[in-house]
Amino acid sequence: MRTSQPAQDITSPLLEPDTNFAIQAQNLYMYYGSFLAVKDITINILPQKITAIIGPSGCGKSTVLRAFNRMNELVRTARTEGEVFFHGQNIYDPAIDPVEVRRHIGMVFQKPNPFPKSIYENVAWGARINGAKGNMDDLVESALRAAALWDEVKDKLSQSGLSLSGGQQQRLCIARAIAIKPDIILMDEPASALDPIATLKIEELMHDLSQQYTIVVVTHNMQQAARVSDYTAFFTMDQDRAGYLMEFGPTDHIFTNPREKVTEDYITGRFG
Amino acid sequence: MSSHLPQSPLDNHVTSNLPGRHRASRIWRYIFLGSTVIGIIFLSALLLNISNGVIGYVAIENKIQPGKLVPAGVTLEELDQDALRSILQANISSGLYRRLDRDIPFTDRSVDEILKLINQYVIEPTVVESWDLYTSLFHKDTVLTEVAQNHPNAELRFISWLNGQFLVQPQNNRPEFSGIRTALLGSLWTIVITILVAFPLGIGAAIYLEEYSTDNWINRLIRTNIYNLAGVPSIIYGMLGLAIFVRAMAPLTSGAIFSLTDSPTANGRTILSASLTLALLVLPLIIINGQEAIRAVPGSLRQASYGLGATKLQTVWHHVLPNAIPGILTGTILAISRAIGETAPLVVVGASTFIDFDPTSPFSKFTTLPIQIYQWVSRPQAEFRNIAAAAIIVLMILLLTLNTLAIAARNRYIRR
Repeated sequence: MRTSQPAQDITSPLLEPDTNFAIQAQNLYMYYGSFLAVKDITINILPQKITAIIGPSGCGKSTVLRAFNRMNELVRTARTEGEVFFHGQNIYDPAIDPVEVRRHIGMVFQKPNPFPKSIYENVAWGARINGAKGNMDDLVESALRAAALWDEVKDKLSQSGLSLSGGQQQRLCIARAIAIKPDIILMDEPASALDPIATLKIEELMHDLSQQYTIVVVTHNMQQAARVSDYTAFFTMDQDRAGYLMEFGPTDHIFTNPREKVTEDYITGRFG
Repeated sequence: MSSHLPQSPLDNHVTSNLPGRHRASRIWRYIFLGSTVIGIIFLSALLLNISNGVIGYVAIENKIQPGKLVPAGVTLEELDQDALRSILQANISSGLYRRLDRDIPFTDRSVDEILKLINQYVIEPTVVESWDLYTSLFHKDTVLTEVAQNHPNAELRFISWLNGQFLVQPQNNRPEFSGIRTALLGSLWTIVITILVAFPLGIGAAIYLEEYSTDNWINRLIRTNIYNLAGVPSIIYGMLGLAIFVRAMAPLTSGAIFSLTDSPTANGRTILSASLTLALLVLPLIIINGQEAIRAVPGSLRQASYGLGATKLQTVWHHVLPNAIPGILTGTILAISRAIGETAPLVVVGASTFIDFDPTSPFSKFTTLPIQIYQWVSRPQAEFRNIAAAAIIVLMILLLTLNTLAIAARNRYIRR
């Protein structure tokens, strides 16, 4: 564990890809058409930790998150320059299949988006198309248990995933992501569409999941970042609206003793 | 009590125009109602006009009364096959008798069939005059006087031109014996092959254009042209079908390369050519509706699927298509309705105007219901207009049946 390292070290460019990091982004530039959305992102994410990405609207938090599992490629005009290493392997290497990347780096979206299928199928489908072997019932149960949803749905697995409440739907989406046995789970404002109680459940769940999984979470909610994350990355943008990484470090450093004035202003609510 | 809410001192710049706005609402409400009513009136007039011709009184005259063919006290139905056969032989020309015998030997014909032949060639009941439903119901006395004056020997009968015989009889040059068997079978063959060709092609193209194609100028050009093709007059598709399917692809569409040529006179003017032409005609409809249905599937579903490590095909097959099926079927319903009523392109492609044998394969000569209706209404005898009206009703029932099937399929998918 390298939690005691100073903040500067985990944002500094590395000469060699390091397999000890879950994700290393190096000099990442991302464009939508000719628009530069984020520039020069270098960030190293530690395994089995929760890393929060915060920053004002439009600063490219979600864009960077989507670069970590190549979901950004689904936008036709999107273009990425730079490198992202997953345990030392560049996922933008031409030999790497983006479909394979997404199986190792799962994703949970802002709005709960279960498939219009049964609860069971929602969890089983991703595992099945990825060629999961073994007992599917056991897999579904363990994924739903890991997402703290099993007790609520065990008697209605054949009902539609859409019949659940918003918070349950989001946990179903997390169970669905867990069922494909990823290494990293990316969460794009997973609780922003939920009420405070459902939000709390998701946060507890994130905490539990971080025992096994690396979690990167984009959030607008400062308290949430402070409550759940081990590390916090603060993004902001320049006058051309290109986002960049302002400051990155252990969450308690960022929230109690930020290096940059801008970070402090944002965290204390003076701007953004 | 005032009928107004207390006025805030701040809104003195607002004049009360509320009554005026309500009046405008009311006026437009009546205008919209009027449009609906006019539409309903037109549709009812159409339906009434058609049914008016289907049912009514007819005056029938027999060339020979059946009683004169048989000894007193016996009816035709009581005679056996040999007796009937000699009656037929005695009353028709020997040439016609030989021709009938050559078609199907009399020894192979049943009693009923010979009775039918006697009815058709010897008794020859002829509709000498027919009245529409309105006259038959409300001016029966006029009908009776006219029959008594003009056709003293005629028998007056209240009949429906649309009956069981009409459905199962092939075409005939006498309206009394004419039916739509050939046209109905032709329409069914044609529409089924049309859908079998157009549905997979259309959905495939819609999937490619929405999910796979990149946004460059070639694809934009293709998309624009598909929209334009949907508006091209159908006769132009007929010209295209004539040039390509009937002429250029004659060995295929006539079945010659499969050694399946049904009739040497068909050349390329077969059910297959007609179906391919109609398939071209409805393809833009299916593509456009398919594209819209696919576009309406929420992007979040695709993202969820890709996020789980699904490939494009898995995403399209498991999530996009099942959710787009209702919209796709709506397009198919439109396509069926369009194709089943098309006449012009089939005339150009070479639908037969008179055939009385069933189509048996895609390589058969054919006629369809709209062609048959068109041909009947252009005949001079009034009775052909009666059977044209009956055929229109059959066409509409066929259309409603096919659409009901498609709607039922769509609703099944919506519920799931």
